[in-house]
Amino acid sequence: MPQNNEIAVEFHDVSLSRNHRSMVSNLSFTIFRGEALVLLGRSGSGKTTTMKLINRLFTPTQGEVLFDGIPTTQWDEIKLRRRIGYVIQETGLFPHFTVERNVGLVPSLEDWKPKHIKTRVYTLLQLVGLDPEQFAQRYPHELSGGQRQRVGVARALAADPPMLLMDEPFGALDPITRLELQQEFKHLQQELGKTVVFVTHDIQEAFVLASRIGLMHGGELVMLGTSDEFLHSQHPEALAFLQCLKPAL
Amino acid sequence: MKFNDFFLIKYAPEILQHTLEHLWLVAISIGIATLVGIPLGILITRQTNLRQPVLIIANTLQTIPSLALFGLLIPVPVIGGIGTNPAIFALILYSLLPIIRNTYTGIIGVDPTIREAGRGMGMTDRQLLLQVEIPLAMGVILAGVRVATVIGIGIATIAAAIGAGGLGELIFRGISAVNDQLILAGAIPAAVIALLADFAIGWIEGRLTIKGK
Repeated sequence: MPQNNEIAVEFHDVSLSRNHRSMVSNLSFTIFRGEALVLLGRSGSGKTTTMKLINRLFTPTQGEVLFDGIPTTQWDEIKLRRRIGYVIQETGLFPHFTVERNVGLVPSLEDWKPKHIKTRVYTLLQLVGLDPEQFAQRYPHELSGGQRQRVGVARALAADPPMLLMDEPFGALDPITRLELQQEFKHLQQELGKTVVFVTHDIQEAFVLASRIGLMHGGELVMLGTSDEFLHSQHPEALAFLQCLKPAL
Repeated sequence: MKFNDFFLIKYAPEILQHTLEHLWLVAISIGIATLVGIPLGILITRQTNLRQPVLIIANTLQTIPSLALFGLLIPVPVIGGIGTNPAIFALILYSLLPIIRNTYTGIIGVDPTIREAGRGMGMTDRQLLLQVEIPLAMGVILAGVRVATVIGIGIATIAAAIGAGGLGELIFRGISAVNDQLILAGAIPAAVIALLADFAIGWIEGRLTIKGK
């Protein structure tokens, strides 16, 4: 459920093909401020591509994506990306940077004062449940998968962007840590009021996090609605995903 | 045999002089080749259409027999002739390939998800290169410099044929005088220098290579 009706991102009939292959086609939908939109789909369904169209890692071959009412193609791409936090699977952390430098990356790119960056980094580490004294000087390879992911979330939040893009951030975690992080992240998201686009192939995760679920199949958005609406959808792909929710025993 | 007759002692003053000449030749050429090769290697990661031509030229240069190259340079003005200039020029040409190729491979080999995370967070290409790609590729780049240095130390012995001095001088004199000791007086120090250089650059490489995965 959108918390208000202000629009964060709009897709207008967006298609993208690369090397004569269609990646996504005819996407038209709206992302509202403060909502957590989960893009759900199988591998290769176009959900990651859709997400990357928002921060212009991809540019539409047809149609346009509006961020804050302005087409992404008219944004300075660097400015646009610094307004959007980006979290990908754990490998996205820079292995040669300490946790402190990783988290402080965007602020330092934005030329914040070192003291200011440090305060911000410490605040964020606390926010994601890592003791700054203990973790700030460590390197990513000295952390567990869950800790790395917390650092990833802190890094994305560093410059206080209004929006976060998250590409299967909890994908590589064990199920217990994963659930823990999902719940913590949900609280965090609601508390901070960030607009979040979250990509996953895990329907359970979608139900935990989403205010709305967008189901992708074959490069198209085949269904968009709340969890309730999803549960009652008759689309074959939605039914296929709902099958996964049934207990195995 | 008296201790003073041992060839490494007997020829010590000459060995020292030629070793210094040798080091000078190699240091200058590797220095210049590094300054040219690393930027070229970076360039071809950005301008992919230049990749093939640059690598093919560097590759071809590498295949010219060194003695022939030194000979071919004799009639060339400025960079050619006899003495140290053509020797340094030829050594630079031989050193370029490993340095360019390793710079290229090192940077291309950086985990694409790391590069994409950087881009996605709004790093400019320059920031990505200087803060992420080069530091992460540093181990591979230095390995290229190391190979170039070891090759250069070997090839520099041949530069004595065009009057560039260096340890090759003792070797060539030994060959014409059929004096094995003189040949060894040039060859052994050259081998020792190569091993030491290999070890030293390898050590730096180890220090600068990113730990972790």
